Amino acid sequence: MLIYTFRRLLISIPTLLFIAFVIFMLLELAPGDPMAQMPLTIPPEVKEAMRIALGLGEPWYVRFLLWLNQFFIVEPQHWIDQAFGTSFAEGKQRIISFQSRSPVFDTIAQRLPQTLWVVGMSYVVGVLIALPIGIISAYRQYSVFDQAGTFVSMIGFSVPPFFSGVLLIVIFSVQLGWLPSIYDTTLVVNSWDTFKQQMMQMVMPVMVLALQTTAQVSRYMRASMLDNLSQDYVRTARAKGMSESVVVLKHVLRNSMIPVVTVIALGIPSIFGGAIITEQIFKVNGLGQLLILALQGSDIPMVMTITFLLAVLIVLMNLIADVLYGVLDPRIRYE
Amino acid sequence: MPNVAQPVLDVQDLKTVFRTRGGEVHAVNNVSFSLKPGELLGVVGESGSGKSVTMMSLLGLLPSPPAEIRHGTVMFDGRDLLKIKPQALRAVRGGQIGFVFQDPMTSLNPVYTVGMQIMEPLRKHMGLSKRAAATRARELLELVGIPDAQRRLDDYPHQFSGGMRQRVMIAIALACDPKVLIADEPTTALDVTIQAQILELMQELREKLGMAVIWITHDLGVIAGIADRVLVMYGGQIVEHAPVADLFRDPQHPYTRALLKTIPSISGERAKRLTVIEGQPPLMLAAPDACPFRARCDVAFARCAVENPPRYDVGHGHDAACFYDARTGAPRHA
Repeated sequence: MLIYTFRRLLISIPTLLFIAFVIFMLLELAPGDPMAQMPLTIPPEVKEAMRIALGLGEPWYVRFLLWLNQFFIVEPQHWIDQAFGTSFAEGKQRIISFQSRSPVFDTIAQRLPQTLWVVGMSYVVGVLIALPIGIISAYRQYSVFDQAGTFVSMIGFSVPPFFSGVLLIVIFSVQLGWLPSIYDTTLVVNSWDTFKQQMMQMVMPVMVLALQTTAQVSRYMRASMLDNLSQDYVRTARAKGMSESVVVLKHVLRNSMIPVVTVIALGIPSIFGGAIITEQIFKVNGLGQLLILALQGSDIPMVMTITFLLAVLIVLMNLIADVLYGVLDPRIRYE
Repeated sequence: MPNVAQPVLDVQDLKTVFRTRGGEVHAVNNVSFSLKPGELLGVVGESGSGKSVTMMSLLGLLPSPPAEIRHGTVMFDGRDLLKIKPQALRAVRGGQIGFVFQDPMTSLNPVYTVGMQIMEPLRKHMGLSKRAAATRARELLELVGIPDAQRRLDDYPHQFSGGMRQRVMIAIALACDPKVLIADEPTTALDVTIQAQILELMQELREKLGMAVIWITHDLGVIAGIADRVLVMYGGQIVEHAPVADLFRDPQHPYTRALLKTIPSISGERAKRLTVIEGQPPLMLAAPDACPFRARCDVAFARCAVENPPRYDVGHGHDAACFYDARTGAPRHA
């Protein structure tokens, strides 16, 4: 298993390099000018000089190689310096945002906690709600509970977050006035009151994202449970005199989790993508909002880095899903 | 075979229906039979004749809905299994009545070790500690003839061959020294060599452990070799019941006679085509108020279409559900 994981990590290096190249070329071929948002009073020749100062005068392959060098060598060196007080990265250029002129990774590090709190929490909440719903829906197929679960899933699948988010704001912030409509990132949690405030402002974005997760995962869980509930080994377990809870939660559940774990692991990157819109609605200044603003400002290093990090996450989650598959299913062995 | 002994299992007037969109399927119709201690009762019949459904009804193993047990009693150990609480029924399942299923490839849970699956009923019904259960599991694997039993406890089902998996299934069914073992076509999914091995093993275990066995099959050859008594089922009913020698020597029901003709003989001419029973098995959607076999029967007459024949006793523990008396060659008197 270790060797398999190591080999998969090695194989993912060329994959990631190729992904980086595709992202870079897409941004290169897309229209847009980093200087477009500069005041009109700046003369064209000054703008041209600024472009060259940003490195835009170099041919694309030079810029691509420089970015690779910065991402894979300079940035890790910088983190090592930070951690151990060494000076590997001294005098070397880190990836700099066109807009803020500050290192891209510093900005990402500032924004990441907000996104992780909202996105991560919503995913955990969504999965935790979805699994029991899927299990009960399958065990009591076509019951009132199952029908209700199907209905909620249908809503979760079909209603986009930009609608459900606004709807929640209208109901709970505008009409009832219970919850704040704007996520306050400056809030520091240091007392019971601020903790309550933090929870209040997280409720709506978390629910909007969790609804989508719940819809998907509960459907997969239900289908997988149904597949397994009709298997012969379930009858064997009952014929052995096992109680229903042992039959369902031990024999059926472990088998049913095999495909669902893959879905959960592969869903993690896509929820980051989905969060982009939700963060806009609730004004959470997380990664999603950062990416949108960077796109609008043609901030190529920022867009490139965030997009590439998402790609890394996808490749990593694929690997984790495959490894978990082997852990859960003894029939799968990695040589 | 002791005739005086109290039956260990006594089924009376059992009726099971399946509720479907097309109407009610009368899967088991007023089935009655008993099982004496230590005997091997063979149950034969074609697919869909209600053999398995009958046995699963006894232990409440049918999914409900759609299955519904309408009436009947299943007396075991002084109690009616159809009336006792689920908790008590679970203690009987796997504890006092063992069940071996048809397909060993799918009947074991693929994600748990064989040892764990054998130990589960041991720990539940006999209250053994983990260590004691592991020891007993190893003994059981040795009993059913699995070599290197200690090591194989930690293996998963996919690491066993079909025949070995059926041995594991038998080990699970035997785990708690049951009084009754119900084997639902235990050799059907296996090739003939393995079939012979499993049959031999079952004979041996029955002698060693002294339990009663119900052996469901559609292979009359298997029945001839191992059974004491035989039930022939057709269309959810018992159509003939006889000691095994009588059944083969003097079959009373036209279905049994037709069934015996379908057995291919080794000495027969080679070009001879396999004999079949013409027609289709009944759909069992109609209420059972006529003989289920009449459409395929060569001696059927008017009464067969308006009345369902009861089981007529023909002596020596032999009975047949047919209005036509095969011995006299004439219809029975009403």
